[in-house]
Parts: sequence; structure tokens; C-alpha cells
Amino acid sequence: MTALAHVPTSTGQPPGPPPPPRRGRHRLLPYLLLLPGAAWLLLFFAVPLFQLAAASLYDPSGSLATGYALTWAFGNYPDVLQAYWPQFARSFGYAGIALVLALLMGYPLAYAIAQKAGRWKNLLLVCVVAPMFTSFLVRTLAWKTILSDNGALVGLLRDVHLLGPDGRLLATPIAVILGLTYNFLPFLVLPLYASLERLDHRLLEAAGDLYASPVQTFRRVTLPLSMPGLIAGTLLFFIPATGDYINAELLGTPNEYMIGNVIDSAFLVRLDYPQGAALSFLLMAAILAVVFGYLRRAGTEEVL
Amino acid sequence: MTGMSAKTTGRDAPAGDLRLVNLTKRFGIFTAVDDLGLTIPQGSFFALLGASGCGKTTTLRMIAGLEQPTSGQVLLGDRDIARLRPYKRPVNTVFQSYALFPHLNIFENVAFGLRRRGIRSVDDEVMRMLALVQLDDFGHRRPAQLSGGQQQRVALARALINQPQVLLLDEPLGALDLKLRRQMQIELKRIQTEVGITFVHVTHDQEEAMTMADTVAVMNAGRIEQLGAPADIYEYPGTAFVANFLGQSNLLAAEAAGPAGSEVPVTAHGANFSVPADRARADRGTVYLGVRPEKLHLADSADRVPAGHQHVTGVVTDASYVGVSTQYLVRTGWGGELSAFAANSGLGGRLPVGASVVAHWDPRHAFLLPRKPGQDDDRTAGLLDEPVGASS
Repeated sequence: MTALAHVPTSTGQPPGPPPPPRRGRHRLLPYLLLLPGAAWLLLFFAVPLFQLAAASLYDPSGSLATGYALTWAFGNYPDVLQAYWPQFARSFGYAGIALVLALLMGYPLAYAIAQKAGRWKNLLLVCVVAPMFTSFLVRTLAWKTILSDNGALVGLLRDVHLLGPDGRLLATPIAVILGLTYNFLPFLVLPLYASLERLDHRLLEAAGDLYASPVQTFRRVTLPLSMPGLIAGTLLFFIPATGDYINAELLGTPNEYMIGNVIDSAFLVRLDYPQGAALSFLLMAAILAVVFGYLRRAGTEEVL
Repeated sequence: MTGMSAKTTGRDAPAGDLRLVNLTKRFGIFTAVDDLGLTIPQGSFFALLGASGCGKTTTLRMIAGLEQPTSGQVLLGDRDIARLRPYKRPVNTVFQSYALFPHLNIFENVAFGLRRRGIRSVDDEVMRMLALVQLDDFGHRRPAQLSGGQQQRVALARALINQPQVLLLDEPLGALDLKLRRQMQIELKRIQTEVGITFVHVTHDQEEAMTMADTVAVMNAGRIEQLGAPADIYEYPGTAFVANFLGQSNLLAAEAAGPAGSEVPVTAHGANFSVPADRARADRGTVYLGVRPEKLHLADSADRVPAGHQHVTGVVTDASYVGVSTQYLVRTGWGGELSAFAANSGLGGRLPVGASVVAHWDPRHAFLLPRKPGQDDDRTAGLLDEPVGASS
């Protein structure tokens, strides 16, 4: 569109000759601005990552007490995969189901806030973000209460026979998936909201004018135009949800444990560093593979 | 047009006139469109002209289905489409903002309407449309890569390809610069003649309306003030509003005492004038005596006034040279100001500020308009208004 950018001619400074160009400083400036962040990443991301990579190749027979030797033990990887593939599968399964649930709730929610909420927009946004003001742990513990065997929800479900007389929610996969859905929903809603908020209402009118029914308008205009937010939101949801271990820990049992729980215990309980490191790298690789596969398919230029 | 055999039935049926019957739209207590009645003949280029907020865009949106009328009918032929959803109407719109789909290329933008109606082979039709708007090689580009004028033409092609019974244009040229606008005006007129679809064009630009439309309806406060061919409205406006919205006019507060033969004598500021009876919208009581600035000629003395012309004397207070013409403000004996445009045809010199002049006009170019008692001031469009050029 031909939005006329109005460039103010006066910046409040008295008119005078332009300052002499300082090319040297101008060329350095971007790098100077990069420096703090780059140093931070190097110290606290690149170096630990390198250490982790080294740890994953330690001799598995070592221990903290006897010390570890870097023996390039690539066998660690097939070993942990064989031992913990159910947890891997569960991680992606739970996170995937939670993502679908979150999309079913989050898209209409983001759409309503962005396009229909009018003056309630900010209040509703605060409602989406407000739970984040309390700790992740506290929120998950609250879900433990909500889903507890003598809680109102289970009682209601038993009354309407959706649950058997001894049926429970807590300590089931359902509880873990609900927890994941709840805890990461804002990460999905916020980017989606940002995308849908920018959606020009006149484009929807134009689609209607050009014989698109409301459903077609959604498929052909709204959805493609919200794709950047949708992709960002699903990634922000899916990646932490896959690696999460708090929900499985608090709302599930070892039968619901996800790969995060295994890594957690490898590092902090069993003190098996090579295993923990190898699992971490496998998880990272798996998530990267899924994400790239996803971006390939969703394929918007804005993201890749 | 040929090659449109795949069209859904009903769309090929003769369109018939577009009729608005008692159309009313209220937003809360504000009446945007007030009991509007209008017949737009099939195949005509119709302009709805008015200032912003006069209800013209609301009227257009009601025809498009983007706004629900509070009451009244929108008849297309014999069918009332006022309550149909927009996507079910054989009507397409060229939006002011163009509203091109940014995620689709030009080809897909133009093909959008056909595809939504389930038409599979769209290539020929799209290419033909792109050729019509002279954008043959732009099919693969995105809207953001096009200039304003090109986007405007895509918006036009995207609407026209559906062969609507009525094409609505919502100030489609507003964002273009003057030169491009002129070009597009001629272009739009050419395309309309070529496709023969009813065009309803909403604009606040009187020159644009006059350039393109067969019929202009001047809207004010939700009502039609006057409707007719551009030249008819311009030469013989129906109300004081029209006289100053469509071009400019010198309107002198005057009194008329009824027709005398083929003339209507009037008195204004103590002087006597007359207007032919067939140019009087009112011939009794308080009236405005109107003369267009370009029909008001300036002479340096009373004996140079041609026979049969009527005149007032005054002093030039301002002279603006605008190229095709020079626009003068003349202060009259009673203190009012008159506006006069003199074409820079090379005949006659220019008058300096302060010169005593005689402003004269042919009574056949004057007109009488009704005036509400109490509106005692003259109404003269100032020189700062949009120039209409030397159109006499």
C-alpha cells in the first residue's frame, strides 16, 4: 500500500552543516552492540554445550568418585536410546497431544482477543499472561489439587459417569497432558495474538466480497496470514513442552515420565553424567529434526 | 465477453437496474444514510459524490453487503439483495485501500474470486484481465512489489474478472498522485465502456466524478441533493450546496418577486438583475443569484461591458496566477467578494490588485437557487478552494 511516510523535516536542531562522517566508528558499532550478548552466549551456552558434548562421550564405566575419561564412547548414544526410547516417544506424544489441545483453545482465544475484544483487549491479554506471575511449580501444584481424587472435577466426572467410580485423573497421562497444555498455552497464544492483531480487517471484507464464505475466508486469508505467529507459537509451545519434566513429576507417576525426567535423574540422582549428556544431545537433535521438518512443511519465508 | 461459459448459473442473467429504495442506515443516533432512493441504470457509470461523512461510503457498503441497512431495499433487477451475505451477491468492490492479499501473488489475487466459486481453469481469464489492466508480466509478483497505481489496477482486475453485475469503486484513486489519477480516470472510463458493467463510483473529488461518470449524484448529510449528467448539474445546480461542492459559485443573497414574462427580476444589494425563467429554481422570495467564477468576466470600465450583460463594479483585492487561468477576488460596492476566473488565453492583459473593475456576466449563465430566509450572507467560494481550471 502506498502509506505516505511523513518524514519530519525539522528535528528541533538548528539547521547547520551535517556532522563530519565518522565511518570507522559507524562500521564498528554493530559489533560493539553484539558484544555483550555474544559474550554471554559464548560463556553460558557455547562452553557448557561443548562440555556436555564431551561428557556424552565419556567412558560410561566412570563415576563422579572415580573420575571420567573421554574415550569417545559413541556407544553411549545407542545405549541410552535403547534404554529410554519409551520416554522419548512419550515426550513427543504428550507434547504433540498437548499442542493440538492448545491450538484448539489458543487459536480461537487469540483470534477473539485480537479481532473481537475491542476495549477488553488489554484486560484479556493480562488474563492470559497473569498466571505467569506465579511460579511454574506453584501452578503445577495447583493443578494437582484441581485434579485430585477428592476434588470437585473428579467428583463431577464420576457423577456423569465419564469416570468410573474408582477412576482418577491424577497420576494418569491425561493429567500430564492437561498440565503441559495449561502451562505452555500463553507461549502459543501470545505470538498468535501478535499475528492476528496485525490482520487487516479489510482483507476479510475483500475476501467476502470475492465470494469466499466465512470458512473459505479463514482458510485462504486468515490462516495463511497468521502463519508466522502460528509457527512461532507452536515452536515456543512444543520445544519446552517436549523437554518438560515438572508436569510428569508432579501430576504423573514413573509410568508417565518423559525424557526430561530421565535426564533430571541421570544428572541429579544417578549421577550418570555420560548418560545424561547423551540423552540431552539426543533430545536436542530430535527436537531440531522435528522443528526443521515442520518449518519445511509450513515453509513461510518469514521464518526460514 | 467470451470464454466465461464456466460461470455459475444466474450470474449470466441480465443484471437489470440497481435500485435503492428507502435505504436507511443508522449508527446509534447518527443517521448516515437517510431514506435514500436511487435508480442506477444498467451499464451506466454512476458517481456518488460528497464530502467525507455524507453517507456515500455507507451506501456503497450496503450495496456490497458489508453493512446491513437499518431499513429499505437494495434491488438488483427484481431481486432484493439487501439481506444477502456479501459473498452471495453478484457485486464486487474495488476498495479504497485496495485490500490486496499480501500472501498471494498478483495472479492468485486476480484468480481469487474465480477459485472461490469453484472454477478450475482460470489461467486464460486471469491473463486476459491482467492484459486489460496492462499488467501482463506481473502475475508472479507480490502486491508489496507494485506501485500504488499498479496495485490499484490489480484491485480492479480482481473485481472485474468476476463479471459482477455491479462494480463498486470506493474512492479507488484517492491514494494516487495527481498525474496517475488523471491517467487512471481515463483508463477506468475506457474499461467501463469496454466491459459494459454498471460502475458505482464513490468519490469526494468533483472533478473525478465529472470526468468519468455518466450520472453524478451529489450527496449531503445522508441524502441526494441533486442527480444528473455532470454538465447539467454543473451548469444549473439545484441547491446552494451543490453549487459550491461541484465547482465553485458566486451566490448573492437576493430577493425575487415572481416571474415577469420569460425573465425573473431580482434585487441584490440594491441593484436590479434578471435571470431567464428557465434558470430559476426559485422565483419568489429569498433567493441566491448564482454565477460561476469562470462565467464572470472582468472589464476595466462599464462601457466595455458587452450589450445584454449585467454587471457590478468593484476593486480587485487578490489575483492568483494558476497557470491555465488567473483567479481574481473582486470586492464589490457592498463589501462582498466575488470570485472570477480569467482564462490565460493570451487575449487581454492581467489586472493588478487594486484596479477598479466591472464584473459582468451573461444572464443566460446566471441561475437562481432557493435561499432560506435569514441566510443573508453571500456565499462565494474563496480562492483557496480547489481550482476547477478554465472549464468555460
